[in-house]
Amino acid sequence: MLRIALLMLFRDTSKYVMLVVGLTFCSLLMTQQSSIFCGLMLWTSATVRNIGAQIWVFDSKVEQANEVIPLREIEVTRVRSVPGVEWAVPLYVGIEQARLGDGSFENVQLVGLDTATFVGRPMKITKGRIEDLRLPDAVIIDQVGIDKFRKKGITIDIGTVFEINDKTARVVALCHANRSFLGQPYVYTTYDRALQYAKPQRKQLSCVLVEPKKGVSTKELANRISSLHGLRAFERDELFWATIWWYIKNTGIPISFGTVVLLGVIVGIAIAGQTFYLFIYDNLRYLAALKAMGVRMSTLAAMVFLQAFSVGIIGYGLGVGLTSFFGYKVLKAEQPPFFMPWQVPVFVAVVVVMICCFSAVIGLIRVAKLEPAVVFK
Amino acid sequence: MSPDSSSEGSLAVKVEKVTKIFPNGDTPTYALREVSFQAMSGRLTMIVGPSGCGKTTLLSVICGTLGVDSGDIEVFGSNLKTMSDAEITRFRCLNVGFIFQQFNLIPTLTIVENASIPLILQGMPYRKAEEKAAALLEDLGLGKRIRSFPRQLSGGQQQRVAIARALVHDPRLVICDEPTASLDAATGHHALELLKNSACNAERCVIVVTHDSRIFSFADWIAEMEDGRVVKSCLATDYHHG
Repeated sequence: MLRIALLMLFRDTSKYVMLVVGLTFCSLLMTQQSSIFCGLMLWTSATVRNIGAQIWVFDSKVEQANEVIPLREIEVTRVRSVPGVEWAVPLYVGIEQARLGDGSFENVQLVGLDTATFVGRPMKITKGRIEDLRLPDAVIIDQVGIDKFRKKGITIDIGTVFEINDKTARVVALCHANRSFLGQPYVYTTYDRALQYAKPQRKQLSCVLVEPKKGVSTKELANRISSLHGLRAFERDELFWATIWWYIKNTGIPISFGTVVLLGVIVGIAIAGQTFYLFIYDNLRYLAALKAMGVRMSTLAAMVFLQAFSVGIIGYGLGVGLTSFFGYKVLKAEQPPFFMPWQVPVFVAVVVVMICCFSAVIGLIRVAKLEPAVVFK
Repeated sequence: MSPDSSSEGSLAVKVEKVTKIFPNGDTPTYALREVSFQAMSGRLTMIVGPSGCGKTTLLSVICGTLGVDSGDIEVFGSNLKTMSDAEITRFRCLNVGFIFQQFNLIPTLTIVENASIPLILQGMPYRKAEEKAAALLEDLGLGKRIRSFPRQLSGGQQQRVAIARALVHDPRLVICDEPTASLDAATGHHALELLKNSACNAERCVIVVTHDSRIFSFADWIAEMEDGRVVKSCLATDYHHG
């Protein structure tokens, strides 16, 4: 009888299309918005992913990676003195203003790397050499910066000169870096030069990057460093999640995206639930006739669930497929943010299953109440 | 007159003092009042009477789609009152063929798919069930239309599909509810002719509920109902004469 159930569904073209479209739209909305949310959250942790050190040491009041409370230079030495530290280097991270040749301004995320080791260097140099960063006024700019300047009619290449806070910066290499939350280009230079570009302050060290000695656990070392007065050490994953959770708790982003996802659920329930109910309602006479002819209630339930889940699977597949296509396209353009971890399709699948169950159950309630004798009326 | 007194067929349906009450606020409606009725295999029995007299209720009770408040119903020796819902459902699946007033052919299935449903219900593979249904439809003159949908057929053709669906699994009891109600006189006459020729055999009991006096001539036995009671039960020839 299951084949009969599928034929009844697939040949009722208008309702079948409506059900599939409703569930596709619902899946698309939920998957796409969840993926954009995840992508946006990933952007918030761009600095952590770009620098990649195992332990990050900040001021004790810092809660996440994009929050900078400057430290004294002496803190690097204090951290180095902690047992288990293989090495510790300073890092400068700050938003500075770059002035272009035509006089227009662009905010950039300035990263000052340890001059000797370049710890935290860009993961992918697309043109030029990292070593050239030791040349006078040398900076490395990422692809986001290149694209932003191009939109303003300026082509950035090796040798291009611009100003950061009125001081000359010369591009010696181009790189690819993960995009930051605010979309500012990453500009890499040496730590010492970064301090020259930055506006003068009494304390200028943003954080200390630490590598533990072999055999020393990062957690243990982070705890040791955190026990120093005024410092707080994060493991890389801890900082990654602390940053994401900070944005979830302190911004309206989750509510905004959550509302759209909820809308997707409501649309799914409203369209799929109602259309499926109508489908069952229109077929009540025939279901009653089948009941009279000797179809058991369990068989009818299996038929109804199969019908509901068939449109659910098709709608889900189309919705997630379209989202993946959308993701493929936007990842090339790098915006809007998009990241679809496996949890997103699983979450959407669970919601679609719930919608299908809901739709099937409200249909089945009608079927269960159906007296087979009704066919003689 | 008892139906077996003038027939060589065996007793197929025995309804004994059956009462069916439909609750209707403070004044319950008596649909059946201690009705006793018998139908034999090998004949076409008609239950006739005016609208609201309880014909369809009696039909529903006989095929086990409706429970009763009191009395006994035996169909081919099985007492429906002692059977569970699941057993009655299975019993219907194996032993009863239905022809509904509105045909109730599933509009999204082809006529061969519609006609093969009782066989599929009995567990026959789809292909084999469709082959058997197609052969029966061929016998009923619809061989060239087996891939048509019900909406593409006339009322008479749909009735033939309904007959095919009722007979395809070779049931011992065929139940027809107002088989001519949706048909014009000529088509109705033809449908009954077809039903009588194809459905009636020595092993099968056919019960037709109707108020269409034009088709009484097809009956072997007629039970007349009035106000929830069987008031007359006799050979069709006797019914016409008096």
